[in-house]
Amino acid sequence: MESDNGNSIYAKFANGEPVLRVSGLKKSFGTHVVLDGFDLVLTKGENIAVLGRSGSGKSVLIRCLVRLTESDEGIINMLGLDVPDLGQDALDKLRAEIGFLFQSSALYDSMTVRENLEFPLRRHSKHLTQAEKDQMVQEALDNVGLSDTADLMPSELSGGMRKRIGIARTMIMNPGIMLYDEPTTGLDPVTGRGIGKLMLEMKKKYNTSSIIISHDMGCVKQTADRIVVLVNGRCRALGTYAELEKSEDPDVHSFFE
Amino acid sequence: MLINKTGEINHMYRERYRLLLPNTMTKRPSIFKQWFEETGNLSAFAGRYLRDSLRPPYDFGELLRQAFEVGYRSLGLVAITAFIMGLVITIQSRPTLVEFGAESWLPAMVSVSLVREIVPVVTALICAGRVGSGIGAELGSMKVTEQIDAMEVSGTNPFKYLVVSRITAATLMLPILVVIADAVSLWGAYIGVNIKGVVSYDLYVRQVFDTLEYSDVVPSIIKCVFFGFAIGLIGCFKGYTTTKGTEGVGMAANAAVVVSSLVVFIIDLLAAQITDLLNLN
Repeated sequence: MESDNGNSIYAKFANGEPVLRVSGLKKSFGTHVVLDGFDLVLTKGENIAVLGRSGSGKSVLIRCLVRLTESDEGIINMLGLDVPDLGQDALDKLRAEIGFLFQSSALYDSMTVRENLEFPLRRHSKHLTQAEKDQMVQEALDNVGLSDTADLMPSELSGGMRKRIGIARTMIMNPGIMLYDEPTTGLDPVTGRGIGKLMLEMKKKYNTSSIIISHDMGCVKQTADRIVVLVNGRCRALGTYAELEKSEDPDVHSFFE
Repeated sequence: MLINKTGEINHMYRERYRLLLPNTMTKRPSIFKQWFEETGNLSAFAGRYLRDSLRPPYDFGELLRQAFEVGYRSLGLVAITAFIMGLVITIQSRPTLVEFGAESWLPAMVSVSLVREIVPVVTALICAGRVGSGIGAELGSMKVTEQIDAMEVSGTNPFKYLVVSRITAATLMLPILVVIADAVSLWGAYIGVNIKGVVSYDLYVRQVFDTLEYSDVVPSIIKCVFFGFAIGLIGCFKGYTTTKGTEGVGMAANAAVVVSSLVVFIIDLLAAQITDLLNLN
């Protein structure tokens, strides 16, 4: 698992080629407009951070990308597939190529760490033997530096460990695109930097492309190649950390103060 | 001020007297509208269960695990309750039968009332409390902590994995629990009969089985299938559609028990009417 999974759709894309295009994305809840024509292009091997105030629709954006929330309007093209038009089977197949780290890690609390990691394998890799699954679980745990936690329950883990296991659970399927929802929220700065470092290691090792939802500027600076600032449901600014730091737009500059 | 400058009812008074005001003034959906919406959503949920339960792949491992949770883990409580019911019903029925000189009818009368009505309904109510609330709380908790979303985004159908297995397990296990509870309650009744009288085990068994007919046993087992389905369905529906965070989890567990208990009685009433119409009484 040192590079792209050769059988995946993601592997067919060349580095630098767009793997996700979002155009004119709109989403409202009742009269409350959350996304109002959002645009984004993610290329292979790139990390894009989405910055925005609380309640600005960052999490809604990545939920729309994998259709956990249905968008109202707009184009979402992921790995060449129009996500809003996909049938359930095609959507499930696409989702197997995407890793999603939830803000709360969302570990299955009735299962051990090992069972949590095995769960996606049981669903999508039925041809694997138990020995192969055990090896993959151990490798995933080694990758996140938690080799000895396989038989623990999620309730026995700290917040940082839960995040790491969450990353291991998503990476075990060798996804092409990673979606991180507030990966460092609720963690102390040292643990947060550790998670950021781990995200970069995973990117390097598996050649993933990522969208990182965060308002932790340390994490954004550490992990993002480019940054999108989401204001009033639209992309207000797009650029590198250094570029946006110099922005004169008060809505953009306020994040860098 | 009750009425503000724009002629509308002051918000504070509107909330305080909400129940006394017509719906057009409170601007909240009527209880009937809510009820119809809830019933419609529940029906759609049941329809999705029927569709997904027939569509492969089938998750027998999870079904077995849930059958163990619903059946085996409820067995002790159901058996103790059934034993006590058999014993108490017998003890309380004796004086009336003695008054009419019909004490010898005690095993026959008690067995029919236990098998036809008391054991199925009480077992269903115990399961509504234990299983319904457990399912509601577990799925509700998974919903608010994004575990169901995590399953969905990993390409697993959470409805099939979580809901289909639980409803099917409850539907299959409740009749089995009731058959076991019937046997235990009749054993309790045997002890009850012998507390103030002497009836041999052989005579008791003969009297019970001479009295009980297929038309007593089969309808009671069929209605238990519906009891189990209703308990599983309502528990899953309330849990799976939980909102409002941890408060919602408590509300889901509570609603699962209350609604499924009520539905058990409604199904029982319908079953009594149907068996009456079919002359099975």
